Amino acid sequence: MLKTIFALLKKDLLLELRQQHSFYGILLYVASTIFLVKLSLDSPAADVWNALFWIIQLFVCVNAIAKSFLQEGRGRMLYFYSIAGAKEFIIAKLIYNIILMLLMSLLSLALFFLLLKNPLANPLQFIGIVCLGSISLSLVFTLLAAIAAKAQQNAALMAILGFPLIVPQLLLVIRLSKVAFGEIFRDGALLQLTLLIIGFDIMVIILSVILFPFLWKD
Amino acid sequence: MRKSWWKILAVILLVYTFTAGFLIKVPNVGNLKETIRNLFFHVPMWFSQLILLGISLVYSIRYLRNPNLKYDIYAEAFAKTGILMGVLGLVTGSIWATYTWGEPWSNDPKQIAVVIALLIYFAYLVLRNAVPDIDKRAKVSAVYNIFAYFIYVPLIMILPRLVESLHPGGKGVEGNPGLNGADLDATMRVVFWPAVIGWALLGTWISTLSIRIYLIRDKNLINAE
Repeated sequence: MLKTIFALLKKDLLLELRQQHSFYGILLYVASTIFLVKLSLDSPAADVWNALFWIIQLFVCVNAIAKSFLQEGRGRMLYFYSIAGAKEFIIAKLIYNIILMLLMSLLSLALFFLLLKNPLANPLQFIGIVCLGSISLSLVFTLLAAIAAKAQQNAALMAILGFPLIVPQLLLVIRLSKVAFGEIFRDGALLQLTLLIIGFDIMVIILSVILFPFLWKD
Repeated sequence: MRKSWWKILAVILLVYTFTAGFLIKVPNVGNLKETIRNLFFHVPMWFSQLILLGISLVYSIRYLRNPNLKYDIYAEAFAKTGILMGVLGLVTGSIWATYTWGEPWSNDPKQIAVVIALLIYFAYLVLRNAVPDIDKRAKVSAVYNIFAYFIYVPLIMILPRLVESLHPGGKGVEGNPGLNGADLDATMRVVFWPAVIGWALLGTWISTLSIRIYLIRDKNLINAE
């Protein structure tokens, strides 16, 4: 099982390395969005900065993850079906999307620091929160990408399905991020929020592994 | 008669809710005054919405275990009635809020949560319409329905407890996010719980009616299996 997951993951990463245009495409998307933010608000206040950062992450996530299932044609899915199980396939996709999204989030954070002023009181803590948040985003959207691909629809359907579903986690992450801007939390609230987000992530992983096999077969 | 006892019960309970609900003596709590009677209409909407969406979830799970188109029709009908109850809950809540909080919309976390919940289930209907193939539509929407329910429940059960709210049962207050069970007055409890059951039964009744229509519409498809 582990070997299959590793092989599928390796295949996705190799594809990404060989078809770098899609990676750079998303990167350009991020960079131009952030540049647009810089042009429209020169130095946004801390809470605007925070909200903009996460909303941009949301759009990046939809764009980056939509292709993870849409790029697999019907014939190729049939081939995967004959060599791997549904669980291995979805786990490989989840891991791959986490890696992709972590990379994107950290790059956009770097661009935010570069182009906009840095209002963070505690940047290291914020990097940790960014990792947590981008993992949450990528997990939820992986299953939604599978649903949208199965419905033979484009990324627009994924956005319609995903935006209301991601709101709870996004609100939790935005709330949690405020700690990095120097807001004082009540005792235990920080840990409680973090555990809640991790709990959500675990639930989404379990649901994806249970539900994906039903989407897989035709 | 054997099959329709619960419909009669629903009618009796709702007639009781409407008469007793408007006539009993209610406790005078703060600025609620007589609007407290809305408790018999607003809160049961959320109870029945949760129950109906729960039934929809059960049929989605049953569809995935045993792909019979009938289960998909059940899941769709119960989800639609659940949405209807949610809209009614939002409307009754807004009317109540106009008189107690001063405005119909005050960005209360629970108001936001229910709007998100409605969006989630509207997306379910959009997804259903987006897939032309019937079997594929049933499968894909069942998967989405299950996924959505498990995100929806934490959304309304956990999040409202973490933040301050104008509703009872917010941060630092006992009770569940909907109402504070412990300080519900004894005379109100006598009307409240029958009202919950009555509205939930009415919701189920509406759903069974639309299921019958869908079953007739899709008779050929179901028999063909």
